[in-house]
Amino acid sequence: MTEIKQNNKSMMQRFMPLIIFGLLVVLLAVGLTMDPRLVPSPLIGKPAPAFELPLLNGEGVFNSEDLKGNITLLNVWASWCYACRQEHEVVKQLARSGMNIVGFNYKDKKQDAQQWLAQLGNPYQVVVADEDGRAAIDWGVYGAPETFLIDKQGIIRHKVIGPVSDQQNFDDLMAVVKEISGNNL
Amino acid sequence: MKILLAIALLAFHLSAWAAPMDAFEFDSKAQEKTFHKLNNELRCLVCQNQAIAESNAGLAKDLRAEIHSMLLAGKTEAQIKEFMVDRYGDYVLYDPPFKPMTWLLWIGPMAIFLMGLFYARRFIFQQNSSTVSGELTAEESERLQSLQSELNHSDQSETEENSDMNKENRS
Repeated sequence: MTEIKQNNKSMMQRFMPLIIFGLLVVLLAVGLTMDPRLVPSPLIGKPAPAFELPLLNGEGVFNSEDLKGNITLLNVWASWCYACRQEHEVVKQLARSGMNIVGFNYKDKKQDAQQWLAQLGNPYQVVVADEDGRAAIDWGVYGAPETFLIDKQGIIRHKVIGPVSDQQNFDDLMAVVKEISGNNL
Repeated sequence: MKILLAIALLAFHLSAWAAPMDAFEFDSKAQEKTFHKLNNELRCLVCQNQAIAESNAGLAKDLRAEIHSMLLAGKTEAQIKEFMVDRYGDYVLYDPPFKPMTWLLWIGPMAIFLMGLFYARRFIFQQNSSTVSGELTAEESERLQSLQSELNHSDQSETEENSDMNKENRS
């Protein structure tokens, strides 16, 4: 009886390093599957930052107050951004399905941006131009594309980092869209 | 000639190391010091293993300019850090604050170290106590026997293997 106990104990002791090693492997493996580029935004749940920016096409300005009243996607893009080109078809589909989308042209040349839209199509209700990237800092933008979901009250509800054409990104976004349109429409 | 080439290469290398610093002017030395301190404590989000002081990414440049204009406007170091955290989260700080979200980050390594220390101490203590007391307890002698018989078994199987190998070698 004591022998069995003893054996169990020594077995336990013998395998302890292996068990600890196994746990570390699992921990590090999970760490490897996470993308360090995804920095969660502290702006979720907060009102959209105040801004006033010129329109890309034509005269006039657009400001954060204009975001209120509709569920809106604010899509940060630039003509120099390859992934923006990749996601553009999906952005167009979203617009066709009735989604209100504001384009946020990030650190771009006016002419390049206009040409890009003429070539690939313009799904945006309105495009604002943030040429020096100053307004983007307030939004915590650190790359393009990024897409913010803003509810009727002007609160940021979700942020997509990277292309919305990515299936996971798209599903996550749609889940929140469903949730807030169910509550607020 | 070779020496000249070496010097040229070295100079080239050093210039690549030089941190990208745009020309900024300050009201005071203290202000400039705060500027450099902040630049080294804030992480560039685009190129994540660099501080914004050493990064050439567009965003890092923008943030340096932003910090500069905030300093000139009389903002304090703490206010500027808060400004960054409000927008980019704790991630932007190389020295994240201690709070529930980050406690594992802060305590984890120390906890693992202490656990290792504890095990090491127990291991050493166990060995010491058995050598010091001289006499074995009933449990220990039992264990010794089982270990010895295990050892004998493995010795036998080894010699068997060896003799097998010898045979093979001979043939």
